[in-house]
Amino acid sequence: MFDRLVLHETSGTKPALKSSTKIACGLASFALSGGLIAALLLSERAGPGLAALTASRMDESGVENPVTAVLLNFRSYDTLLEIAVLLIVAVAMLSMQPSATNRSMVEVNHRHSGDPVLAGLLRWLVALATVLSGYLLWTGAYAPGGAFQAGSVIAGACVALKLSGRYHFFWHPLKARLLLTIGLAVFVLVGGFCATGDKRVLEYPLEYAGMLILIIELAATVSIAAILLLLFTGLQDDKPDATQAGRPST
Amino acid sequence: MMGPTVHLLPALIGIPLFAAISCLLINNRKITACFSLAAAALLLALVVNLLEPLRLNTTAGGLTYQLGGWGAPLGIDLFVDGLAMILLLVTAVLILILSIYSVFYFQSNEKAARFWPLWWLLVAGLNCAFTAADIFNIYVALELIGLASVALVALDGSRASQVAALRYALVGLLGSLLYLMGVALLYRTYGTLSVVEISSLSQADALSTAALLLITTGLALKTALVPLHFWLPPAHGGAPAPVSAILSALVVKASFYLLIRYWLEILAPAAAELTMQLLGILGATAIIWGCLAAFRARRLKILVAYSTVAQLGYLFLLFPLVAADNSAETYGTTAIAAAMYFLVAHALAKSAMFLAVGNILTAYGHDEIRRLQGIARQQPLSLFTFAIAGVSLIGLPPTGGFIAKWLLLNAAISNAQWWWVAVMLLGGLMAAVYIFKVLNLAFISTSLDQATGCAQVPLGMALPGLILAVLAVCLGFNAEWLIDLLSIGGTAETGTLK
Amino acid sequence: MTQDLIYSVTSLALFGCGFYGLLALPHILRKLLAINIMGVSVFMLLLATANHGTSIDPVPHAMVLTGIVVAVAGTALCLKLAVNINAIDQNERDSNHQ
Repeated sequence: MFDRLVLHETSGTKPALKSSTKIACGLASFALSGGLIAALLLSERAGPGLAALTASRMDESGVENPVTAVLLNFRSYDTLLEIAVLLIVAVAMLSMQPSATNRSMVEVNHRHSGDPVLAGLLRWLVALATVLSGYLLWTGAYAPGGAFQAGSVIAGACVALKLSGRYHFFWHPLKARLLLTIGLAVFVLVGGFCATGDKRVLEYPLEYAGMLILIIELAATVSIAAILLLLFTGLQDDKPDATQAGRPST
Repeated sequence: MMGPTVHLLPALIGIPLFAAISCLLINNRKITACFSLAAAALLLALVVNLLEPLRLNTTAGGLTYQLGGWGAPLGIDLFVDGLAMILLLVTAVLILILSIYSVFYFQSNEKAARFWPLWWLLVAGLNCAFTAADIFNIYVALELIGLASVALVALDGSRASQVAALRYALVGLLGSLLYLMGVALLYRTYGTLSVVEISSLSQADALSTAALLLITTGLALKTALVPLHFWLPPAHGGAPAPVSAILSALVVKASFYLLIRYWLEILAPAAAELTMQLLGILGATAIIWGCLAAFRARRLKILVAYSTVAQLGYLFLLFPLVAADNSAETYGTTAIAAAMYFLVAHALAKSAMFLAVGNILTAYGHDEIRRLQGIARQQPLSLFTFAIAGVSLIGLPPTGGFIAKWLLLNAAISNAQWWWVAVMLLGGLMAAVYIFKVLNLAFISTSLDQATGCAQVPLGMALPGLILAVLAVCLGFNAEWLIDLLSIGGTAETGTLK
Repeated sequence: MTQDLIYSVTSLALFGCGFYGLLALPHILRKLLAINIMGVSVFMLLLATANHGTSIDPVPHAMVLTGIVVAVAGTALCLKLAVNINAIDQNERDSNHQ
């Protein structure tokens, strides 16, 4: 089942799995679902979970949105590790890129004569996306929103730039690596510096909690946007640079 | 109650994360190497410093640190007891020695620049898993470990390693998802994520059993328990040598450690004796099957990887032995002590072995077993390391492997489960066969012009493996120390174990 | 109560569907989609658990957000490996043709 990983669907060749195996897989999946559903129906579900406890400590969290409070204050450790997970994939993507040491982070292909309508649209879209992302970040304090949403909007705008063919991103320069790591670095540093006096790691002083959360989120937004963009550019075919800056790609 | 050193507990994760960020930013081979060695030494010093407060804190069952000051059900706690401490200690020691090896291994390689950040992120994940006291936090730690391992396996850009990494990634993701489903079911049943709270609330109802089975399947996939072991040999056999060493020594052990936690502590009431016997049977199958496959392997690295499959089988014998041992009250009981001892001995011996094979691979450019005739004369140090580590894996005195097997045999005999004794003895015999097969070939006087194709291996690559192998032997003389450490905790806060 | 049941039972059924896809479909993209379906099914169960009618439990919501990020990361890593394998194969084929 995991022995044969197919990358191309070739018509005409015999199917990779025998039908008997498929039936066995089907039965196994059916048993899995059925068993879980039966167990679920047989059991009582717990009371309100952590809802009441979270609500009672909300005024100590520095924000008003309970999900943001859980993500960045009560269970901030999970979020810190989640950014570390993103960083792993970013480093994995970097390691396979042909090292283009002497390139700057963003290169603009001036000779690329793209669609004027697209260029005009992008000019609007990118500005709009930046404002939207700032709004999402800010609003995360009291309504749904936050670093990941804000970061993915910016990353989306950058992907649009990349797809227009005029802009290329390279991740080897120090500046780019700073963008990738700043989210985790700020989180670790703020978390560590909280532990002065009788405070613990990641225990924000109450009066600064909102501000510290915003700083962490701002840095995380930058890193998340950069990493998501890196994931996109890393997955594009690195065909030996037919579209690189300097050569018209048409 | 809490001394100042306890406040250093979060540094177990903080130091590796900081090292990862710095290594990524510095991007200069020599500076990152020095920096990593310093960080590894610091980590070891930190863990050693935590030993004393842990000893003083036996009444509390271990050291607890409330991150963010919120406390367990709302926030996330770190928790270290004797069991976790042993794994932290082994991790710190191995990381230091393997880091030294990696400095020399990646010397002429620009992959080093990418290796160190991933390496440190993996260490962060391991320390995080060993100190976790929150079931969702464990999930994030598992993902950190899994994805970092995959990225490290893929570091060597060959097609075989990419395919192995992809399969490893798919299996790892499936394992994590099964685990996450278990977490969702547990949250639904108990309304909390804290390990301490779930342990005190847990019952043997249907949903808990379903969650336990999901979690067990997920973690067994990651631990490569037969028949879920198919991904291990290519992944461990295709990775760079220090990565293979850490994968076999620590990464598979992390999920095994979590299995112990779930079966004996978190969901102990739902752990039926029948399923525990089943785990033991799978373990026994792993021993036999792993040994057979190791014997048939054509490449030395694959042989060592299959030997890991076999050795992991011994660890799973813990479950039937504990199930029968109703008097067991702490982690210091014979069966658990034996399994943990085995885990440590295997971690040291197996990483030594992978380093030795890595040296042979560096020297000859291949590791095909039948072409390794007479290499003992050219690579005496690597072969010596391989031999000592092999003796510990077989379980001959006076190595740590011998004591570990002796303890396991004792536990099996005192519980009158003689059939496991037979399996263990047979496993040792079969291990001897495949180890001596390699040694026999290596010591045959060379017939052809082998010497021409042999490159020099720097001393910095030969010595770390030897140190690890010697440590595996020394472990045989220090049995009480480890068992004393193990008996700290486990009961005080979670009530008696099964 | 019935709403909770509908959501949680559906999510468990979805979990099985994803599991079947992962096991039985050979193509790597389908396997990845199947894994993501399994992930979404767990998220759905968590969201169903979070809903208590009058009050909403924010902890499962936070878990889902973390889970989504982790799923994105895992999927991207798998895709990258598949792209690498494809590139290596392509190179091999090109050099065979010449």
